[in-house]
Amino acid sequence: MVLAHFLGGTVCFGRKMQAGFHNCSPAPSTLSPAGGYRAATARQRPGSSRESMGTARTAGSSRAPPQGAPEDGGGGDSPPWAGARRPRSAGSPGRALSDPPNLSNLEEFPPVGSVPPGPAGTKPSRRINPTPVSEERSLSKPKTCFTSPPISCVPSSQPSALDTSPWGLGLPPGCRSLQEERAMLRKERSKQLQQSPTPTCPTPESGLLLPSRTGSLTVEPADPARVSSRQRLEVVALVYSSCIAENLVPNLFLELFFVLQLLTARRMVAAKDNDLEPSQGTLDSLESPLFQSIHDCVFFAVQVLEHQFQILSYLDKGTLKLLAENERLLCFSPALQGRLRAAYEGSIAKVSLTMPPSAQAVSFQPETDNRANFSSDRAFHTFKKQRDVFYEVLREWEDHHEEPGWDFEKGLGSRIRAMMSQLSAACSHSHFVRLFQKQLLQMYQSPGGAGGPVLGEASDVLNMLGADKLGRLRRLQERLAAPPSSGGPCPPPTFPGYQGFFKDFILSASSFQFNQHLMDSLSLKIQELNGLPLPQHEPADEDGESDVDWQGERRQFAMVLLSLRLLAKFLGFVAFLPYRGPEPPQSRELQDSIVALRSQVPPVLDVRTLLQRGLQAQRAVLTVPWLVEFLSFADYIVPLLDYYRSIFTLLLHLYRSLVLSREGEGEMCFLNKLLLLAVLGWLFQIPTVPEDFFFLEECQVDALEVDTATSERGLDSVPVVDQQLLYTCCPYIGELRKLLASWVSGSSGRSGGFVRKITPTTTTSLGAQLPPSGHGLQAQLAQAFFHNQPPSLRRTVEFVAERIGSNCVKHIKATLVADLVHQAESLIQEQRMTQSQEVGDPAQLLEILCSQLCPHGAQALTQGREFCQRKSPGAVRALLPEETPAAVLSSAENIAVGLATEKACAWLSANITALIRREVKAAVSRILRGQGPEPAARGERRGCSRACEHHAPLPSHLISEIKDVLSLAVGPRDPDEGVSPEHLEQLLGQLHQMLQCRQFLCPPAEQYLAKCSVELASLLVADQIPILGPCASHRLERGEARRLLLMLLSLWKDDFQGPVPLQLLLSPRNVGLLADTRPREWDLLLFLLRELVEKGLMDRMEIETCLGSLHEALWPEDFSEELETLTRLFLAELHLPEPQQRACELVQPSRGTVLAQS
Amino acid sequence: MILTKAQYDEIAQCLVSVPPTRQSLRKLKQRFPSQSQATLLSIFSQEYQKHIKRTHSKHHTSEAIESYYQRYLNGVVKNGAAPVLLELANEVEYAPSLMARIILERFLQEHDETPPSKSVINSMLRDPSQIPDGVLANQVYQCIVNDCCYGPLVDCIKHAIGHEHEVLLRDLLLEKNLSFLDEDQLRAKGYDKTPDFILQVPVAVEGHIIHWIESKASFGDECSHHAYLHDQFWSYWNRFGPGLVIYWYGFIQELDCNRERGILLAACFPTDIITLCHSTA
Repeated sequence: MVLAHFLGGTVCFGRKMQAGFHNCSPAPSTLSPAGGYRAATARQRPGSSRESMGTARTAGSSRAPPQGAPEDGGGGDSPPWAGARRPRSAGSPGRALSDPPNLSNLEEFPPVGSVPPGPAGTKPSRRINPTPVSEERSLSKPKTCFTSPPISCVPSSQPSALDTSPWGLGLPPGCRSLQEERAMLRKERSKQLQQSPTPTCPTPESGLLLPSRTGSLTVEPADPARVSSRQRLEVVALVYSSCIAENLVPNLFLELFFVLQLLTARRMVAAKDNDLEPSQGTLDSLESPLFQSIHDCVFFAVQVLEHQFQILSYLDKGTLKLLAENERLLCFSPALQGRLRAAYEGSIAKVSLTMPPSAQAVSFQPETDNRANFSSDRAFHTFKKQRDVFYEVLREWEDHHEEPGWDFEKGLGSRIRAMMSQLSAACSHSHFVRLFQKQLLQMYQSPGGAGGPVLGEASDVLNMLGADKLGRLRRLQERLAAPPSSGGPCPPPTFPGYQGFFKDFILSASSFQFNQHLMDSLSLKIQELNGLPLPQHEPADEDGESDVDWQGERRQFAMVLLSLRLLAKFLGFVAFLPYRGPEPPQSRELQDSIVALRSQVPPVLDVRTLLQRGLQAQRAVLTVPWLVEFLSFADYIVPLLDYYRSIFTLLLHLYRSLVLSREGEGEMCFLNKLLLLAVLGWLFQIPTVPEDFFFLEECQVDALEVDTATSERGLDSVPVVDQQLLYTCCPYIGELRKLLASWVSGSSGRSGGFVRKITPTTTTSLGAQLPPSGHGLQAQLAQAFFHNQPPSLRRTVEFVAERIGSNCVKHIKATLVADLVHQAESLIQEQRMTQSQEVGDPAQLLEILCSQLCPHGAQALTQGREFCQRKSPGAVRALLPEETPAAVLSSAENIAVGLATEKACAWLSANITALIRREVKAAVSRILRGQGPEPAARGERRGCSRACEHHAPLPSHLISEIKDVLSLAVGPRDPDEGVSPEHLEQLLGQLHQMLQCRQFLCPPAEQYLAKCSVELASLLVADQIPILGPCASHRLERGEARRLLLMLLSLWKDDFQGPVPLQLLLSPRNVGLLADTRPREWDLLLFLLRELVEKGLMDRMEIETCLGSLHEALWPEDFSEELETLTRLFLAELHLPEPQQRACELVQPSRGTVLAQS
Repeated sequence: MILTKAQYDEIAQCLVSVPPTRQSLRKLKQRFPSQSQATLLSIFSQEYQKHIKRTHSKHHTSEAIESYYQRYLNGVVKNGAAPVLLELANEVEYAPSLMARIILERFLQEHDETPPSKSVINSMLRDPSQIPDGVLANQVYQCIVNDCCYGPLVDCIKHAIGHEHEVLLRDLLLEKNLSFLDEDQLRAKGYDKTPDFILQVPVAVEGHIIHWIESKASFGDECSHHAYLHDQFWSYWNRFGPGLVIYWYGFIQELDCNRERGILLAACFPTDIITLCHSTA
């Protein structure tokens, strides 16, 4: 490459940087093999143009490999995933490369982005070269410290507890292990050198100047007058800028980052470090370094920035402000500063800070989640449990994942696997995967939402009003304490925040079935979203399509894009998981055999076709960003496979073709281009993508252009991307701002961390699906109708049709089907009446009912049509602008009616019979199980008068009161315990009130009350209730007893609605209570029996039977005799005109007779 | 009614080894006159249940059963009218109703060829008249009416209390004009987990949004609350979002720690309910 020759050959700082970056690693154990490997391979091709190009090297080295970077959102202790590279630990330099990788070894395969604990237990810092600066020489011959803080002065002068490098990565205070790390690095390097057959360059002579950005160094003022070789720098800057402009650099933003580093370098420091990459070879080609002073650096940087003004002007407002305020820039180019300030003032590109997403559960939807969707009861209940376990695990993760020492696998692994093992049926897997995927999407779609669309934005306000602000405070604290860092301008793919949970869940579950179902589901959803007919915005509408619509469309696009990226990331992760290895195959033969093997495996999703279609339809802006996410998880072999190689080639062509300066008809919008350049540039830096790919690939941009030129205006030419979306997708662009901010703050500090996240969007569904197309000319006409109408009209009509159609089905269920079910119920009841409770075989019954009722289902279509006809026009009218022309409105209404009817009738004609059957079946089994009719129907029985204020005592209170009386009666009791007759009377009165009101009464309570009241009667009859009061005998007066019995009789007759077990009155146990009393008094029993008959509560025959069976029990002889007498008396009374008198003659006439009349 | 953990512990301390009788309850009420009777009874009942759970197994060894049965037989031979079974239960610190069940089961085993089915036993406990032996019937009955923590009568009372509070809550919701779906309606729709009420439009209580309300006619102690969280409340959250639990007989204050997470506790129907305002503009 031209530039590289130029720079690399000219100056050695590139080499220095390479050395610095490449060979650095914060902790020996985290030393990146990617970096190491690259360095080594690069050295093998000293002639390679990239080799010495400073910026490219910066890029190559500053991006971290998929491991060893400390910024994995999921925390540092997640379980291993097989895709991680093997750290080339200095402790095991001799490791045979042919060793089979032990995938379960946590040390060998640490999780992506996580940092395994170093041997010395030190906190890993980062891979930037921490070059110590020797203090005594800091002024005269400072050392290289281009992008990292000076190490030796860290303890004294670093105010912040954490590292303040522009990379935003944490360096532990003190860096006590740095010397140790350096030693390790040396070892590592010597190992690499041994591996590298090509002789490397000798060490540069000391005293060579290098720019330094270190915060603790005093800033050397830059002076335009002191630039050493102005002309040469101008030429280099021009060539360099042209390379950037023509997309000849692999990563646009890395170059910008480099340029800003130059701009903000604090001073030049002398390079003398034995560790530095020798670079004599390249030095030979030109006599002097390009940058000889800080003035050169700044001059060059400003020159390049001038050329790149257009890109700068599209950065976010914050970055523009920092650039415009940069005094060096002002000093070197007041003109540029002026343009930047103007751009800043005109910019509306504020990247907003929003709340982090909060966990919200996926709501239960009967349509997809109820029993009807499962093959068996067991599957249904298993899934019920799994849903709960899933959230339990999620909650636990929320609570603990940030705690040091907490380990996902240890904490949750076994529980997750136990749960997965229950998912035996394929159907359960798909249910669980649906939950999993929905939850994943939801975490990023409904921030702060209250689970439903209902409260939405109000919730934040309510939260603020709420008393408990602790949670908010905590969240704020967390944010301040740990701002999400994007990990340099080229971070590895990570799983920040909740994504970490889902990633670790997949790993811990380690279930083949689950992964397969997940891939199926993700693929489907990706295709669905990717194919979504996103409305094309007409930018130049005369009346200016209202801003609201426009905002809505952008928002919709952003949501679809972000969802796609999330899904694709996980698809890539799962799909390539089995193939990810620590490093590329070492030998050509091995590689060939793997490639041969893999070539015949079909891709998990035909992304090539999707990409081609996307390019053709000019929807690259939607397709490419998610494809990049998918490919970022590819393993080393993937780019070598023909299928994927062609994709990479296509992407490279696309990248080259996206020349930002080219504008005009049919061109992609600037920010759309910028987004694609950013994500593609990032992809090209992923270690698994071969590094020579970008430079070796033949580039045929023409072919691509031919493809796309033919199609009509697509999404690409619609300004769907804004800065918010750009920065959300590519948080690493924010590193530019951090870099500039660190310059301002005087120390390359943690620049606050910009919390960015998906713009809050509506939680409604992701746009309407295309309705099933109608037939023939009418359908064409309808399509044509929409063609010249604003897209919102189409969306409205489709939406209305979709909703009305669906509502129609619900309405039919609630009316027609419900009526039929009622008919079925009454048919069953009738049958019960006629056939004396006997209902035949339920299956047979169901058949009979269905044959009678299902024909009525035909009405559903008529009713459905009517419903759609009635409802759709109003809805369309309400949703369209008031000013819609009448003709347009009525056409829209008609189309909506047609589409809704089509949808509803299609469903009804296919399903109505099955639906009726199902509902009738449920009704039949409900009735046969004795549950009675629906709760609504049951309500009739309940119910006191409207005026009732439900002040009657509660049933539970009465049961326990009566229970107390019963327990007193049966004992044991203290001598002073007892009840007063008044209390008993009051109790029965309350019982009466309560049974009148019934508001709080439930059937079991009534049943028990009935039973207890009968027992109470038996105790009264047997005179077993201990009475408090003046009566010394503690026995109830006859008259009182009769009064109470009459109250009970009235309760039984008038108040109880359920059956009262009156036959218990004559059970051996209750009659036996009489046996214990001396003298036995039978009058109350006889009185009771008589009343029962009189009030029609029991008939004589029934009593006779009961009395008859009493004789069978074993009784004392005298008791049997008396019982015999009672029976005779009772039976005799049946035929006598004045039974009362006769009955009372039986025992103690003196006491009973008089009172009985009262 | 909302007790601190310390207050609760003080009450629980007094309940160790207290038999579940009327007399015990009366004493408890005298000891803590400021607490409501229902709360005390609920705490008593729960503490006693914990005690029974802990000791349940030792009463069900065959040796234990045999020894209880022999003691019962000896006792009733001496005097069938004496509270033999009740006193036995109190002596070995076991619930009278459960003791009655043990003896009844043992008795039926002896008299029938086949071991009695659970439903037969339950039916006899509900209605001791069905017990073939008159003396045993009386003994069992005595145990059941004297047990205030276990037995079919107590179960019925508990069920009734639960139902009454659900009705109460329903009326309050109606009164406040909050539309809801109740358990029966939810079940009919095929929901797999059903809180007492799902609000059709969520409301905010003390600044927290709630989607559902569960009524618990008991005191919320640690043990029961954790069980409810695991079996019910989190399940509701998992399906319907945050919600409110009303422990009508109070709860331990410290348990109300999941407010941010979406489980709100209350001891009565909330007074400050904020509903979604429909803009009239």
